[in-house]
Amino acid sequence: MAKQTAIEQDGKIIEALSNAMFRVELENGHVITAHISGKMRMHYIKILPGDKVKVEMSPYDLSKGRISFRYK
Amino acid sequence: MIFLKSDEEIELLRISNQIVAKTLAEVAKIIAPGVSTEQLNKIADEFIRDNKGVPGFLGYSGYPKSICTSVNDQVVHGIPSDKVFLEDGDIISVDCGVYINGFHGDSAYTFCVGNVKPEIVDLLRTTKESLYKGIEQAQEGKRLGDIGNAVQSYCEDRGYSVVREMIGHGVGRNLHEAPEVPNYGRKGNGTMLKSGMTIAIEPMINLGSRNLVFEKDGWTTRTIDRKPSAHFEHSIAIRRGKADILSSFDYIEQVLGNKAI
Repeated sequence: MAKQTAIEQDGKIIEALSNAMFRVELENGHVITAHISGKMRMHYIKILPGDKVKVEMSPYDLSKGRISFRYK
Repeated sequence: MIFLKSDEEIELLRISNQIVAKTLAEVAKIIAPGVSTEQLNKIADEFIRDNKGVPGFLGYSGYPKSICTSVNDQVVHGIPSDKVFLEDGDIISVDCGVYINGFHGDSAYTFCVGNVKPEIVDLLRTTKESLYKGIEQAQEGKRLGDIGNAVQSYCEDRGYSVVREMIGHGVGRNLHEAPEVPNYGRKGNGTMLKSGMTIAIEPMINLGSRNLVFEKDGWTTRTIDRKPSAHFEHSIAIRRGKADILSSFDYIEQVLGNKAI
């Protein structure tokens, strides 16, 4: 049986850390640290605790992610 | 946390995987046009219990059946149903797991039903060959990215696409263990392989786009463009530096004879 991997998931910001890093709680309950994508920084998209975001991840390291979208 | 297995544990895993192989051979015997996927599930369930095993998938995260039957455009985790009947020209991937002596076996094979179009047979053949390309890379000192890269480059050179959302996994006392074994990647990336690791390598290769849709039943995945998808899986152990295939397609290919891929 194939395992479902987390390459793109939705999550909720629970804490803003320094250096544009955030602690994100994923839908499956895991908590990861994620940084904001360069494209979102370029367009000054602000992210606050409580926001719903889309996170990209790599199967090699399941503790870090990259925020690629902030939902309205 | 990756658990390294001793030689005795690997032998127990081999027993589980051999029962999986024999179960798939039993299923292969009755695959024909007009058979429902629920019938395949029933045969597999009975055969596993006759061999004093327990179906490894039944109840795993709430999965309702003993095998996964994914027809044509379904990639993996198709739930057997008495409303789905096989037709001439279909392909069906049967994925089976057995839990016995405290260890899980896991293996999958894609069967042809009746006469299948040559381009789909080519897809199945490429997927199976790519599985062996991946296994070749599973040696001590190589990395998981080497396995993924071997599978990916072999299939993408031939114009097929590799599924990203579903991946292989470690196998042992639990059905899914660390590490995750993607079927794509870059050479030299990822976890280093060591003797004693047991992993399931399972390339899922699509004829068209690599993107998937998750159906509402919570399990079934199908390709977004509804083109067929193939799936083969072996459980392997890395033993004294080399890959040792624990599951086997020999029983299946005996049943299929010259119809084997």
